[in-house]
Amino acid sequence: MSAVVTEHDDHHEHDHDHGPSKGLLRWLITTNHKDIGTLYLLFALAMFFVGGAMALVIRAELFEPGLQFVQPQFFNSMTTMHALVMVFGAVMPAFVGLANWMIPMMIGAPDMALPRMNNMSFWLLVAGVLMLASTLFMEGGAPASGWTLYPPLVLQTGAALPFAIFSVHLLGISSIMGAINIIATIFNMRAPAMTLMKMPLFVWTWLITAFLLIAIMPVFAGAVTMLLTDRFFGTSFFDAAGGGDPVLYQHIFWFFGHPEVYVMILPTFGVASTIIPVFARKPLFGYSSMVYATAAIAFLSFIVWAHHMFTVGMPIAGELYFMYATMLIAIPTGVKVFNWTATMWKGSMTFETPMLFSIAFVVLFTMGGFTGLMMSVAPSDFQYHDTYFIVAHFHYTLVPASIFILMAAGYFWLPKWTGHMYDEKIGKLHFWLSAISVNILFFPQHFLGLAGMPRRIPDYAVQFADWNMVSSIGAFIFGFSQLLFLWVVIKTIKGGTGEAVTDEVWEDARKHGLEWTLPSPPPYHTFTTPPEIVPTEHF
Amino acid sequence: MKKAKQLIACVILMAMGLESAHAAYDLNLMQGVTQISHDVYDLHMLILWICVFIGIAVFGAMFYSIYYHRKSRGHVASQFHESTKIEILWTIIPTLILVGMAIPATKTMMELNDVQDADMSIKVTGWQWKWEYEYLDTGVHFFSSLDEASNRARQLGSGIDPRSVPHYLLNVDHPLVIPVKKKIRFLFTAADVLHSWWVPDLGWKKDTIPGFINEAWTYVEKPGTYRGQCTELCGKDHGFMPIVVIAMEQADYDNWVAEQKGLVAETNAAAEKEWSKDELIAKGEAVYQNNCASCHMADGAGMAGAFPALTGSKLVNGDINSQIDLVYKGKGMMPAFGQMLSEVDFAAVITYTRNALGNAVGDSVQPSAIKSLKSSAPAQTDDKDEDDQDEGNT
Repeated sequence: MSAVVTEHDDHHEHDHDHGPSKGLLRWLITTNHKDIGTLYLLFALAMFFVGGAMALVIRAELFEPGLQFVQPQFFNSMTTMHALVMVFGAVMPAFVGLANWMIPMMIGAPDMALPRMNNMSFWLLVAGVLMLASTLFMEGGAPASGWTLYPPLVLQTGAALPFAIFSVHLLGISSIMGAINIIATIFNMRAPAMTLMKMPLFVWTWLITAFLLIAIMPVFAGAVTMLLTDRFFGTSFFDAAGGGDPVLYQHIFWFFGHPEVYVMILPTFGVASTIIPVFARKPLFGYSSMVYATAAIAFLSFIVWAHHMFTVGMPIAGELYFMYATMLIAIPTGVKVFNWTATMWKGSMTFETPMLFSIAFVVLFTMGGFTGLMMSVAPSDFQYHDTYFIVAHFHYTLVPASIFILMAAGYFWLPKWTGHMYDEKIGKLHFWLSAISVNILFFPQHFLGLAGMPRRIPDYAVQFADWNMVSSIGAFIFGFSQLLFLWVVIKTIKGGTGEAVTDEVWEDARKHGLEWTLPSPPPYHTFTTPPEIVPTEHF
Repeated sequence: MKKAKQLIACVILMAMGLESAHAAYDLNLMQGVTQISHDVYDLHMLILWICVFIGIAVFGAMFYSIYYHRKSRGHVASQFHESTKIEILWTIIPTLILVGMAIPATKTMMELNDVQDADMSIKVTGWQWKWEYEYLDTGVHFFSSLDEASNRARQLGSGIDPRSVPHYLLNVDHPLVIPVKKKIRFLFTAADVLHSWWVPDLGWKKDTIPGFINEAWTYVEKPGTYRGQCTELCGKDHGFMPIVVIAMEQADYDNWVAEQKGLVAETNAAAEKEWSKDELIAKGEAVYQNNCASCHMADGAGMAGAFPALTGSKLVNGDINSQIDLVYKGKGMMPAFGQMLSEVDFAAVITYTRNALGNAVGDSVQPSAIKSLKSSAPAQTDDKDEDDQDEGNT
């Protein structure tokens, strides 16, 4: 059933592989997929804490009714920047980092197909995020119109508007370049024996995600450019007084924005499908239906955008169409959850930190999926729309889903990346604190939304006080628990527990992927000749 | 699960010594007071129960294997990894469940959209940050904004405990009044940015969009006061834009309409009257605090970078007509107050800003002058100026 590659286990002592440059320059000019992957991951981790700090400003203000700390305008800036930083600075770059590290190692390639572009896409990301962060210090404050940047409100932004828009352009260019690189790598550099239907699911999900990115980022760039010309060049794309249409922006934005949420969730499906089989000691259940389900979700994501806009006043036929199409997403998503459950069924499970995070992901993501299903029903959505119920829904699909899977991936591959074992005790402590506090944080928000609390308000009626306080307490526990992860990462990089790490790290991991056939840590250049046989555990 | 959460919450709160009598650990959607809101509630519960049922099945199976199929219990992994039969089964069953959900949802959706045969129509316009209500049948027309007590308490560092304010942030100065047992059609639009009109008890919300007219309807069975808020981010005071709907018996409603018409006559008479400067300044202070202070601050100091100061402002200290013009038409983030304020209030606030807040120009304007302005020039709401931030900021 499985096979192991021996070709690359012998360490070539003669150093013909142009190892890394020394010092700072190594990181600035590197074209090595591992270095760039590391840069992406560390940058994303830093942004996770920046975005998290903004979330804590929000939760601190909402701890009690009344305004205690910040003015409403700054509160709105915080909600906007928290979202933009988390989406474009933390979650997306973290997955690109994983892709950079793992895709070449999983498919038996020496590096990414376009290494110089790889370097450029990382530094464009940094430039974009720095430009976005600089708006915090501008006259009139950072954008305060929500991450959706709806006009006409966004046009009231002060000096920050053009900077925010150009930052979106840079981030978009960076994403597209990353996506092109991933597609080129996957199509051209797979080991000879690795047919498309033998690719690890993480590679599959990223392939589909990369196509999503190429399709949607230009749409977003177009929308914000239209904002720019509306503000500065006298056009009226979105200005009703000039013959434009504010709802047009929403259609364009959500044509980008809905697939965008799948950009942040499809790779998590891939990681979960990689981790769960290893710790269940079973092949993944339903490999091919996983691939088809991922493709189906990606396709559906393009034709359901207006379910974010049930209340803008669409004709009934439009409302019904978007309702039915949205409900359909439950089917492929359900297939995935059933497959993960079946993978665990009759396994021989162990519960190391990555597995704990993955199981929590499946359970809590499913809960986010359930509320998604509730929201797909348009008449009910009239009540849920723009309330804390929505906030609870998408945070369940992003925090205990995307973020938990990123944590799982971190713990899962850290020993491979560094050659050192992380501290399992701290890892488990981090998991339990996170898993409990994330529910204290987001579960009450369902109740708040149902009881009638709108989103994006800096202050609220006293009947919402109690659940908000509970939620804020959860937020602070969750936020500070993440420092444990930072501590684990630093400690592991510096030598970890000192325990010897084998090539396959986890018991029998070799059966599950090519990356486990490499030494830990893998040499600077791997697979200079492609492996001839690939693990086929999933068949 | 919910009980456990409540318990945890209570323990945490008690530990902190923060017992709250107003305690509203609301857990579920409110049932509301209209047929639609009941239908929506039923749909909500139907889907919730379906989700709970599926959740129990899936998580049950998962936790069964987590418990029994552990390596530490010596369970040996079987190696199955495919079953076309079962995969088809768990595609088809959810499809059927979805069809079962879609049927009642479609019915409710059709019902919600049927605005025909309404007994009366009310036009609702969203402004930053107040609601304008216009009764198309009787001509009653007014603005509705956050009530004074909430407005004072919500200021940063006000020192007022929100719990001491009745209906904090959910109370307005002029509530919308409707008769019960009448099909009321609402028309929605906005004057500046997007807003969304939501009263949970009615069972729906609708966006108000500049340049668009949206429709919705309601039919309230029993008299009562129903509260809601704007739900579309509409700028800094988005959280302070409540909606209050009072449903009355037809007779009470008719009385209210008559009263409103009387008020209009009163306002008109006041606009004809000659006002002294001191009267205008005295009245203007209240108008200023209600309408201007949230941006330009109570003392006229403004907010650097966002809202210009009025104290020492060139515009306020300059020609009175250019100030009237700007306040009348609005500019950028500044709404067109010409449509929003009565002639008396408008004249009063102009006079107030020129003679208070550290300014002492000494002149004043009469309501009658504003009235003639109103009848001559229809206000323009959307002034496209390149730089919205700098008006009078010198």
